[in-house]
Amino acid sequence: MFLSEVTNQAGTFFHLVPWAVLFPVIGLVLNMAFGRRWGEKGVALVAVTASGLAFVVAVLLWLSLRAHPEGAVIQVASWMTLVQVDWAFRVDTLSVTMMLVVGGVGTLIHLYAVGYMHYDVRYKGDPGRYSRFFVFLNLFIAAMMILVSGNSYLMLFVGWEGVGLCSYLLIGFWFEYDTHGRPSVANAQAGNKAFIANRIGDFGFMAAMFYMFAVFGTLNFDRIFAEAPAVAHSHPQALLVITLLLLLGVTGKSAQIPLYVWLPDAMAGPTPVSALIHAATMVTAGVYLITRSHVLYDLVPAAQHTVALVGALTALFAATIAVGQYDIKKVLAYSTISQLGFMVAAAGVGAYVAAMFHLITHAFFKALLFLAAGSVIIAMERAHHPLPEEGGHDAHHGEDPEGFDPQDMRYMGGLRKVIPVTFWTYLIAGLTLAGIPPLAAFFSKDEIIAETKAAYPLVYWLLVAAAFLTAFYIGRQIFLVFFGQPRSHAAGHAKESPWTMTSVLVTLAALAAAGGLLNWPQPYLAAWLGHTLGEVEAAGLNPVVAGTSATIAVVSLLLAWWLYGRRPLPTPETPDPLKALLGPIFRGMEAKWWVDELYWAVVINPYMALCRLSAAFDVWVIDTAVNDAAWLTDFVGELVARWQTGYVRNYALSIFVGVLLIFTYLLWR
Amino acid sequence: MVSTNYVLILSATLFIIGVAGVLTRRNALVIYMAVELMLNAANLAFVAFASAFGALDGQIAVFFVMTVAAAEVAVGLAILVTIFHTRQSVDIDSLHQLKG
Amino acid sequence: MSIDLLIFLGLALVAVGAALGMLFSRNTVYAVLFLVLVMLVLAVLYLILGAPFLALAQVTVYTGAIMVLFLFAVMVLGPQKLAEGEGPISWQRPWAFGLTALFLVEVVYAFAARVGGLGKLTCATAAAGSPAAIGKVLFNQYLLPFEVTSVLLLVAAVGAVVLTRE
Repeated sequence: MFLSEVTNQAGTFFHLVPWAVLFPVIGLVLNMAFGRRWGEKGVALVAVTASGLAFVVAVLLWLSLRAHPEGAVIQVASWMTLVQVDWAFRVDTLSVTMMLVVGGVGTLIHLYAVGYMHYDVRYKGDPGRYSRFFVFLNLFIAAMMILVSGNSYLMLFVGWEGVGLCSYLLIGFWFEYDTHGRPSVANAQAGNKAFIANRIGDFGFMAAMFYMFAVFGTLNFDRIFAEAPAVAHSHPQALLVITLLLLLGVTGKSAQIPLYVWLPDAMAGPTPVSALIHAATMVTAGVYLITRSHVLYDLVPAAQHTVALVGALTALFAATIAVGQYDIKKVLAYSTISQLGFMVAAAGVGAYVAAMFHLITHAFFKALLFLAAGSVIIAMERAHHPLPEEGGHDAHHGEDPEGFDPQDMRYMGGLRKVIPVTFWTYLIAGLTLAGIPPLAAFFSKDEIIAETKAAYPLVYWLLVAAAFLTAFYIGRQIFLVFFGQPRSHAAGHAKESPWTMTSVLVTLAALAAAGGLLNWPQPYLAAWLGHTLGEVEAAGLNPVVAGTSATIAVVSLLLAWWLYGRRPLPTPETPDPLKALLGPIFRGMEAKWWVDELYWAVVINPYMALCRLSAAFDVWVIDTAVNDAAWLTDFVGELVARWQTGYVRNYALSIFVGVLLIFTYLLWR
Repeated sequence: MVSTNYVLILSATLFIIGVAGVLTRRNALVIYMAVELMLNAANLAFVAFASAFGALDGQIAVFFVMTVAAAEVAVGLAILVTIFHTRQSVDIDSLHQLKG
Repeated sequence: MSIDLLIFLGLALVAVGAALGMLFSRNTVYAVLFLVLVMLVLAVLYLILGAPFLALAQVTVYTGAIMVLFLFAVMVLGPQKLAEGEGPISWQRPWAFGLTALFLVEVVYAFAARVGGLGKLTCATAAAGSPAAIGKVLFNQYLLPFEVTSVLLLVAAVGAVVLTRE
């Protein structure tokens, strides 16, 4: 690339958009080919550079969009001319916003993973997997860029499947262990669960695409949106079916009821994966899909109501489960589901800017929460099992006599003194999540709640309840992890993570704290996205709603302090104080409301029974029939083969007998 | 002249003697000769019909049969010589490897 | 009984006898000579049936060329005597004779009793089967098959050379 080619005649960088995909692809190819030779430092340099260059491309696109907000469509190549689908990228304010989030947060998490995976591959005892991790991570960035910048539903689907594949590969990254590092197939099963749950969602997406093609004759965004009003007039049912099928896809990818069950299990992947894929970017693809398809949803109020209700129910339901978890990452996983519920609900009531706003701030603070949690976990691991290079013995494979688990919050406590940077960043992220002003999520969450209040009271109350629980569970987590006295040897002797990890935490903490400026006090984001989403009413800060939710957050945090901070748990075995207060309800929260068990009983077990029946049918009926047919053929063959003696005169005799028979027949006819 | 049927009966008799030769003899050379006999029997029938119908086409057919027979004998005897070189025998029954 | 029939029956007897001689003679050289006899008789019959060209061709091509080739082969391969009726499929011999006899009976019955419409053969004129007449038909009506036959003979010659090459 020469400098003169960087900008085209119009003075924009729009034609650079394919490089947002190509840079990560180049990085992953290089690492795939030479990763083992280059060692950890080379792999890390290539991977981070690739991701960083993708982010630079996004920034250049953003600069160009400021001058030309109408955006552009960059066609790279023809794909399926018959259905009018091309390899075309769409540069507009919505896609570039997503690209900035993906590239920015993605690069930060790459940087964090450089340090994190150094320890992780050693604890699991396979340093050779370091390069593989970054290959997958770069592949993910490439697929996510395709997802957010595609110019048709089909191209979006290509990215959609690509990120799904990366998610599967990275959840099962330690496929021979379970989450505690013991040899098991649990991680591989978690990957399968995610993959299969997503397949159900993808079925919806694909069915929606097929139907769309039947109705519109194209999958191109512009043409579909242009024809949508006419179709809404002539076939209102068609649009309803399409939007609801798309919602099924959203529930799969964005972990909404009823397909959310895969996301908590997805925490089996390394922590940077949880942060990047299962919190900040991939799971928000569903929100992006609805926002991108806003023209369709705006035309079908029934679908909008369904979306809003699904989102709000998920927000509340997941928040209740988050209250009852002990695993530091499981709490965050259910928190993610809950926050995604907020975004989906916002998209459902037509508050697309609010949804995107929360998507961005959530990407910052939830990535930070996961990364800080990863820092906590690594700190616990390092204190529990020092590496050989730190004077410890060999890498362990999970032989823990006292049942110690580095992810269990009951074994933590008092960590604020030993890992201060992690503590402060975690605190900022946690307060952001809780919605304490003036941190970012206060504004974004408030905007959602304010928008729903006007549109849909039921959704409003569900979200308020979810917001209350959100502040409570994050308060509970912070008090359990960082305050009180250490409840295990490891918690008392934890060591702060290296600078590659903590610097990322500090950067993200700054973003999480200041992210609110995006849309407040000036509604910059609303105006920016308005170029793509059409003129949107800037809701502004509703003082009543803002005051209410801030009060709720503070009260909820105080409640958490009263339960967990005032009298910290003395030992890991002490029962949760909430158990005495709520009794069976807490039992339900702890057990995730038995949803997994319900799915096993209702879906999986009957399905397995059907499979066994089919297998038996196959073995006893089909195989028997086939084998018997083969035996019969063999038998007849053996019998007939005796005729073939190999003597030519014999064959001649056979021919002659045939002639004789024919002649005799003709004679006596 | 004689009835056509007599000539045809003679032709059939010669033909069947040829068939019997193919079916009963083990010497590959004799089997070839029996085949030649069958061809000649067919030729006789052709000539008889040509004479009966007063048309020359039957005789032309005989001419072609003769050329084909000459070609067949040339190649067939060559094959036989080759087989004899490898097996030292003209016994057709010794060639029975191709069987089920 | 006309003189024609007598001549024909005589020739037929010689032909059938020679053919049977070929069928049953142990000595391959005798078998070849018996076959030569059959072919000579057939050449005479062709003459009677008004095909002088074919009669000459029969003598030159069959008895002259083909049978000499057979004799030559016999000399190369040696006069091996094989015990007929023995060997691995001795049961075939009685079956073969029985079935061929049955076939002969059927054919004679068919010609003698069923096919009667052909009538007597006309005594052909000398010009009918003359070389000139044959040549006219052969090089007008049957020119293409004739040329194809030449290719066939060429291929056969090449094939024979290739097969017998050491």
